[in-house]
Amino acid sequence: MSRAIIKRFGRLQTEEAWVNLGEHTLELNDRQYDINQLAFAAPIAGMIYGTQLNYKGALTALGGAVNEAPYMAAPKAPILYIKPANTIAANGARIPLPDDVPKLAMGAALGVVIGHSATRVCESEALDYVAGYTVVNDVSIPHASVYRPAIAQQARDGFCPIGPWVIERDAVADPDALGVRVFINGELRQKNTTANLIRSVTRLLVDVTDFMTLNPGDVLLVGVPEDAPLAGAGDQVRIEIDEVGWLENTVVPERDWMKEGAV
Amino acid sequence: MKRARVAYGGAIHSAVEMEGSVKLADGRVVAEDAVVWLPPIEPRTVFALGLNYADHAAELAFTAPTEPLVFLKGPNTFIGHRGQTRRPADVTYMHYECELGVVIGRSARKVKREDAYDYVAGYTVANDYAIRDYLENYYRPNLRVKNRDTCTPIGPWLVDAADVADPMNLALHTYVNGKLVQQGTTADMIFSIPVLIEYLSSFMTLNAGDVILTGTPKGSVDTKVGDEVITEVEGIGRLVNTIVGDEV
Repeated sequence: MSRAIIKRFGRLQTEEAWVNLGEHTLELNDRQYDINQLAFAAPIAGMIYGTQLNYKGALTALGGAVNEAPYMAAPKAPILYIKPANTIAANGARIPLPDDVPKLAMGAALGVVIGHSATRVCESEALDYVAGYTVVNDVSIPHASVYRPAIAQQARDGFCPIGPWVIERDAVADPDALGVRVFINGELRQKNTTANLIRSVTRLLVDVTDFMTLNPGDVLLVGVPEDAPLAGAGDQVRIEIDEVGWLENTVVPERDWMKEGAV
Repeated sequence: MKRARVAYGGAIHSAVEMEGSVKLADGRVVAEDAVVWLPPIEPRTVFALGLNYADHAAELAFTAPTEPLVFLKGPNTFIGHRGQTRRPADVTYMHYECELGVVIGRSARKVKREDAYDYVAGYTVANDYAIRDYLENYYRPNLRVKNRDTCTPIGPWLVDAADVADPMNLALHTYVNGKLVQQGTTADMIFSIPVLIEYLSSFMTLNAGDVILTGTPKGSVDTKVGDEVITEVEGIGRLVNTIVGDEV
């Protein structure tokens, strides 16, 4: 059992729960639920910062291009971007597929949720600023270049499912050794591990807070592995991260998504 | 009306401009140098335009973009009027950027450019500092260059949209220690405010309180510790900021 923070659909407050990842059960207010019985909202309230090219394989995938124009060199510092508030979505939410796009890239990311305001933290104390971990699908329209901020590809409504819960920090033995898997319609399509990060969770926290404050509730995504699997309309996507949980969403045409909530 | 957020007497107040002074929501009128100025909005999603003035694009040796070059900023970077911006000790080139800020007034999705101004609450002034030493050829402009704590002064005022006859024809000026170092006009933007609102809302929802920083004209030079930098947009305001060093 792992202590977790959840936010149930339709409720304004977060709640403390105990999650049993093996049994697919959740204990809340002394009552036990099958996880599928509950509807979740995204359990976070802050900013979401993504990290570009932080998997060794993602950098390798650029090959010799990394030393050519427009890049000219491998990155020296964390390359960050923001997933704005309009992108945030819940476990179970539908992901809108724009009319002119055949498939979306499913970006499996470990989300590090900040617990205390973190500015210029040192390596030995970095994890003290972490409240816990969550699963994030950093959805994007596939694009080859990382030279320009990919706002139109990454910042669309509903492009950042997150949750279902935040597992408390101490329930995760080593955030730098977690298996990450993506299933599409039940088929394993990607397998990687946070052991392949260029900057570990600790190193990333040190390097990011060197120039910007992370506030309580903010989420720092450690990065997305290379070869993000693609999903099209009707596809069910499940992202699993060891010791943290799993996040499930379905891709639907944007025109259907925009009608959601209508009767 | 010109609106502000200020700290005074240990509390945070909304305020309006009154004959050069600051009128708090509770009716008290205080001198403008007696308050601590906060950013006039509490930013959530903030867009910033890269290279949105052709002369600035040329200055930086790039060709002008054919699609808006947009990046996002987090709330950590914003500070108010008369605030201090930190310059790291090891950098060689840090420059101001005088910008008109457009504040969204209501939820906007798939808005046509001819209707775009209906979604604007008002305007403010920003100084979008960049530290060029940290500008890697990756993913520019990166957050390390553009989203550092204290590096985006904004304010003093949010000026109601109704009070700005033509936001696409306002003079911009930057002064360093009283000397004019940058001047331009919003008429020279490559992508106008209506085009930017149409573009962004074509693929994402803009929400009330979101801000679009519209880019800067040419004239950016290095600023040093101790410099007082004033960015000014005609009719919108005059934003004062001071550069401080690592030791502060």
